[in-house]
Amino acid sequence: MNIIACVKQVPDTEAQIKVKADGSGIEEGQIKWVMNPYDEYGVEEALRLKEKNGGDVTVVCVGQARAMETIRTALAMGADKGVHVSDPALDNADAYVTASALAAVIKDLPHDIIFCGQRAIDDDSGQVGAMLAELLGLPQLTLVTKLEYTGSSVKVIRPIEGAQLSIETALPCVVTAQKGLNEPRYASLPGIMKAKKKPVDVKDAAALGIATEVKAKVAKTVPPPARPPGKIICGDEPEQKADELARLLREEAKVI
Amino acid sequence: MAKGIMIVAEQREGALRKISLELASTARKLADAGGDEVSAILLGSGVESLAAELGKYGVDKVFVGEDAALEPYVTEAHAEVTAKIIKENDPAAVLFGASVQGKDLSARVAAKLATGLATDCTDVKIDGGKLTCTRPMYAGKCFGEVEISASPQMASLRPNVFPAVENAKAGAVTKVDVKVEAQKSKVLEVQKDTSGKVDLTEANAIVSGGRGLKGPEGFAILEELAAVLGGTVGASRAAVDAGWREQKDQVGQTGKVVSPNLYVACGISGAIQHLAGMSSSKYIVAINKDEEAPIFAKADYGVVDDLFKVVPALTGACKKLIG
Repeated sequence: MNIIACVKQVPDTEAQIKVKADGSGIEEGQIKWVMNPYDEYGVEEALRLKEKNGGDVTVVCVGQARAMETIRTALAMGADKGVHVSDPALDNADAYVTASALAAVIKDLPHDIIFCGQRAIDDDSGQVGAMLAELLGLPQLTLVTKLEYTGSSVKVIRPIEGAQLSIETALPCVVTAQKGLNEPRYASLPGIMKAKKKPVDVKDAAALGIATEVKAKVAKTVPPPARPPGKIICGDEPEQKADELARLLREEAKVI
Repeated sequence: MAKGIMIVAEQREGALRKISLELASTARKLADAGGDEVSAILLGSGVESLAAELGKYGVDKVFVGEDAALEPYVTEAHAEVTAKIIKENDPAAVLFGASVQGKDLSARVAAKLATGLATDCTDVKIDGGKLTCTRPMYAGKCFGEVEISASPQMASLRPNVFPAVENAKAGAVTKVDVKVEAQKSKVLEVQKDTSGKVDLTEANAIVSGGRGLKGPEGFAILEELAAVLGGTVGASRAAVDAGWREQKDQVGQTGKVVSPNLYVACGISGAIQHLAGMSSSKYIVAINKDEEAPIFAKADYGVVDDLFKVVPALTGACKKLIG
């Protein structure tokens, strides 16, 4: 099987996000960078498929020079090779430009299944997997929590509001991974040593022949709206506090 | 010249989803500012009668596409028909719901039309035909104001944030010719959640529990409070990772991002990744015995006490008030 796993480097979930004073983005100084957690599920699933059915896992990443660490992490987990699309012209890429770059790389690689995270936890767009599928003319299965490979198709489970769907799709296809799909492994020490020698191909936008002009632009980044200071409810007994809280929810907040 | 606002309505089994009415009302408001028309795309099998309800919420014209291949929802078939209707009618802006289906569809349609899309918006404004979309990023740790330079300008709206307001218009039906090619994907089974619980992203009230619940059985008192409030029980990552609750109950940056009217956090300290997922709730209540817990900084009402005493008492007090 030829399996592709797309990965993105993002700030850790514990990161405090500080908006730049001029609203042009976020302060990156103190941030710890990690592989997008949803992409980890994709890499793990790719590795499990390879281990069971044989084949090859290629990691593809669009990102700045530092994103090479994330590619090495995936290689240390067990992926075979990497492609790093790195170009200052892509630093502010939107979902469409990112998907175009990924599609330009992947169209020239053999591919049976392409994994993406269901969304990246930085811009939270959740668009790249579906856009990539469209640009490659493949079916998409988004938000997948269970996957079974039959040889010529995949059967997946995807939860929707109040139900879950079981869907079968012919290969090749794009799958976006949701939490619950698996428990990603940690890279082993020998894995980390081996990863250093695995091949990573670095490409820029010109080599891929893609347009880098974004279609959706974040014109301004702003901090979240401030919440008014809250009230701590006083009282001697828990019951008293509960009564007062219920009264405030009814009379002041009017939410019950 | 692109003109008017188009919404992509969502229905399941012949009933409109609430987000469709939120989309209709929001589009009406945007269109009225420029004296424009609101149109809707409604796809499925035997769904024409739903057009009247869209009309009631401000839609002038409904493009109805009916075919057995459009029910239940399959991405590629819906994307093909949706993109075709958008292309033929050239609206200035297209609004989707940021529901599971809406997110799946909108990104595919945006790629088909080679345009930009702002996902999961919590505010949209239009000025001289130019759409500005405000959307949370980093799960709400900051917000981005997004502009779309291609046409049509596309956005998906977060469920439960925009009000659905009646504003009767014609809702006139235009039938669309649908030709759907053989699909590569097939829905084998729809397994419904029979608990009757509203999904967290659509709930008006959420009662969430964390490590302070001490185990899965602790959630019973939260279920009771949620039942009285007509809400749904959520959980922190700590509670889900401990196996106390299912993954679909998780609120936070690696779970669901929610905006209920009322969010009651019980025994949740308030790790930043949890706060990110619930801070757009209208009212936040925190119940925790640690007065230093970061959750109190986000709470409108805080109770510093033992949740195992406060929560049952609150359930009783709410029951009395609600009657």
